[in-house]
Amino acid sequence: MTDLTDLTIADAREGLAAKSFSAVELAEAHLAAIRCANRALNAYVLETPERALDMAKQSDARLAKGEAGTLEGIPLGIKDLFCTKDVRTTACSHILDRFTPPYESTVTANLWDAGAVMLGKLNNDEFAMGSSNETSFYGEVVNPWRRAGSDAPLVPGGSSGGSSAAVAARLCLGATATDTGGSIRQPAAFTGTVGVKPTYGRCSRWGIVAFASSLDQAGPIARTVRDAAILLGVMASHDPKDATSADLPVPDFEAAVGQGVKGLTIGIPKEYRVEGMAPEIEALWQQGIAWLTEAGATVKDISLPHTKYALPSYYIVAPAEASSNLARYDGVRYGLREPGKDVLSMYENTRESGFGAEVKRRVLIGTYVLSAGYYDAYYLKAQKVRTLIKRDFDQAFENVDAILTPTTPAPAFAAGEKSGDPLEMYLNDIFTVTVNMAGLPGISVPAGLSSEGTPLGLQVIGRPFDEETLFRVGHALEEAAGPMAKPQDWWSKS
Amino acid sequence: MDAKTEKSNLIAGETGDWEVVIGMEVHAQVTSNAKLFSGARTEFGGEPNAHVSLVDAAMPGMLPVINEACVAQAVRTGLGLKAEINLSSVFDRKNYFYPDLPQGYQISQYKNPIVGEGEVIVDLLSGERVVVGIERLHLEQDAGKSLHDQHPQNSYVDLNRSGVALMEIVSKPDLRSSEQAKAYVSKLRTILRYLGTCDGNMEEGSLRADVNVSVRRPGDGFGTRCEIKNVNSIRFIGQAIEYEARRQIEIIEDGGTIDQETRLFDAKTGETRSMRSKEEAHDYRYFPDPDLLPLELTQDFVDEIAGSLPELPDEKRARFIADYGLTPYDADVLVSERESVDYFEDVAKGRDAKQAANWVINELFGRLNKEGLAIDDSPISSAQLGGIVDLIKAGTISGKIAKDVFDIVWTEGGDPAEIVEKRGMKQVTDTRAIEKAVDEVMAANPDKVAQAKEKPAVAGWFVGQVMKATGGKASPQAVNALLKSKLGLE
Repeated sequence: MTDLTDLTIADAREGLAAKSFSAVELAEAHLAAIRCANRALNAYVLETPERALDMAKQSDARLAKGEAGTLEGIPLGIKDLFCTKDVRTTACSHILDRFTPPYESTVTANLWDAGAVMLGKLNNDEFAMGSSNETSFYGEVVNPWRRAGSDAPLVPGGSSGGSSAAVAARLCLGATATDTGGSIRQPAAFTGTVGVKPTYGRCSRWGIVAFASSLDQAGPIARTVRDAAILLGVMASHDPKDATSADLPVPDFEAAVGQGVKGLTIGIPKEYRVEGMAPEIEALWQQGIAWLTEAGATVKDISLPHTKYALPSYYIVAPAEASSNLARYDGVRYGLREPGKDVLSMYENTRESGFGAEVKRRVLIGTYVLSAGYYDAYYLKAQKVRTLIKRDFDQAFENVDAILTPTTPAPAFAAGEKSGDPLEMYLNDIFTVTVNMAGLPGISVPAGLSSEGTPLGLQVIGRPFDEETLFRVGHALEEAAGPMAKPQDWWSKS
Repeated sequence: MDAKTEKSNLIAGETGDWEVVIGMEVHAQVTSNAKLFSGARTEFGGEPNAHVSLVDAAMPGMLPVINEACVAQAVRTGLGLKAEINLSSVFDRKNYFYPDLPQGYQISQYKNPIVGEGEVIVDLLSGERVVVGIERLHLEQDAGKSLHDQHPQNSYVDLNRSGVALMEIVSKPDLRSSEQAKAYVSKLRTILRYLGTCDGNMEEGSLRADVNVSVRRPGDGFGTRCEIKNVNSIRFIGQAIEYEARRQIEIIEDGGTIDQETRLFDAKTGETRSMRSKEEAHDYRYFPDPDLLPLELTQDFVDEIAGSLPELPDEKRARFIADYGLTPYDADVLVSERESVDYFEDVAKGRDAKQAANWVINELFGRLNKEGLAIDDSPISSAQLGGIVDLIKAGTISGKIAKDVFDIVWTEGGDPAEIVEKRGMKQVTDTRAIEKAVDEVMAANPDKVAQAKEKPAVAGWFVGQVMKATGGKASPQAVNALLKSKLGLE
């Protein structure tokens, strides 16, 4: 029998349908892999083996009756930002210690309704604030990839570092993730996986611990474009419980995979050729252009003039919303409570002890930019910039069907390398935040390896609610790049 | 002096006259089944935390979804206040920490409220009329309640109210006396109750006011104001203003200045005391709530609500005066409570409205007041009272007997016509029977007959005697007519 953890979701779906193996066997293979790997990688903050086997048994029963759902028996990891009923959910923050929600997020409920199996909760940067998964209260996640000839641990990207590492290390067939400024696409690029940030409003935010409400979107990380399309098709839905959820039908994303790029026009934005970008990233980008041209697409230079203001504006809008969204963690109703002599000191003690340094930094920035006298200069200005960024894209999409850029300005960096310098860390998001600011869909597809043997990703940006074109273009890149190398297993210990 | 200054409203200080300037922020709980952004119930009472949804408790990942019924109520109220309805409005977050504010912010409307400028016409008992400008009306969430008396060390929090929809109705600083302020809140309450958008129950906290008070010399610009928070009865509003105006006048007359601050009214002492100064004021860090899209209304939605508005107190009052010939006072008494006016209009329907008004105001309200009952508790229904009025109109009973019938219906219930029939209370209109009684009384009192011929006023004595002899059932008109002719007084 082939290694069950090495299957794609599409393959596993066929194998289960053909009774080549059972959902329980598939789950067990992954649970065993997690047991062997997690000490080294720290991708899971909570393993739920009993639940996984129970769900897998039910999947087998449905498979036997011919009542299989779209994701019947597919074992997945769930980012700890998604509230899961009766399963601890902490957003990897001390302040949500032992918090066990009595409700299920809409996205995960959609997955379970389709028959998926939960293996456990995946690590992430605390409250999804970070680009390296080093801010988690439960410790950093280690990238399964290493630089050639080096044992030095690399970061898996963030904030969905647990998701990207687990998918790359074969600790699940796919994972949920969230993306506020690049938190799906950047970790995908750092781990040689596919990550999709859908259009804002495509997936319900209900039941996902909020970071920045106007930017947050759930999406999948998987090993192939097809798998990502299958997952997104199930995760997406219109949800009346989320006022920002789009009341649009969810297309058959998988059907778009393999439709080719003939006739598509792909834009290449000159503003993404930033100073200090590694030459191999530039080379990768040119390679991507060549692949798409060969596959029949037309390539066109475009301009997105307000790109340079995206990152600073993002670091005003996102912390502003976060400072307010995180106000509810006050020790009164759930999670951590550190007693104090009165209510005020209880708040202070709880938040002092409950939040990590990066979260505190963003709450402070956010509080500052919303303060009387500063609101117009910061928050309001940033919102105006946001409108301009959106307009840049609107104008570009009059002439092109999708936009191709690198996902990140550099490959995965070493643990500790940037954690001392927030600004340098924030620069990681330079190619990804624009997409969140404009509410657009974006996909990161693995496109090759760096000179050090670590993965590199290309990003495709699409029109609002046109994820199908992303899957077409993403699949063309994937085909051209050939089978993605697998990280060498150094982490498994029995 | 501005147009609103009235000599009679001025307060005499040690150094001359002062004018008090008042603006009100009234918080009215929206009548709705569910909360503003969650499906939890809104009814008053219930075990603490019995009506709390995941959204109200601000659980992680929970999102607000606007309750359309509350929006409709706000629009309805805006139309009732003759205000402009803003087809596009925005919900903002007002950020501050308090244990009974689970989200750490209140969802409110800051820069773009749902309702803009309008007006309320206030008629005082003195006959004075004040047109109070409405600055705006916006929707916002109520907070929960902190319970400080349940435990020696800790406070408890009850979130039943958390997330309940409130309308904050902000007036312009158009009020110039505590009487005006009280009348304004009464009138506003009446309008809300007519509209059915707020039950106006101040004891349960459905209606409460923040009162902004400043004083100035007549003709001067506005003084520095103090805001008295959360005053929950009309009487207290009056007391708070009286106290606060005096306090400010004394400070200024002693050479001091007023500090802008937030104050609390203590109902026990009738005084206001400082709650927090301007320096301690919160920076609420308002910003548009990213969980909610701007609220866009269609003109059709507004028009449909406009088409369903009831007749409001001002129009009713005008109609009662013009069409029914009621006095402004009687009209005011009738329209001030929706239940009263509904009762009155039931009684008046198809009957003499003036007579109906007399019976409702003098007999019914008089009796209700005496017994401390509300109109809803009236033992006499509008149909029963209407029945009594009908009996008078038909000449079946006299007004005097009608009062007896009223009394019987009040205490025993029953159909007035049946009561009159069964108990033989019908008015005697048979002139032969009355004539017999007149003759008997005259025959028994020849001296009085002689007197009456000299002093016609003595005829009144005969009326009394005849009525007594007929058990009050004789038609007074018939008795009068017969006596006049028999005594030769014509």
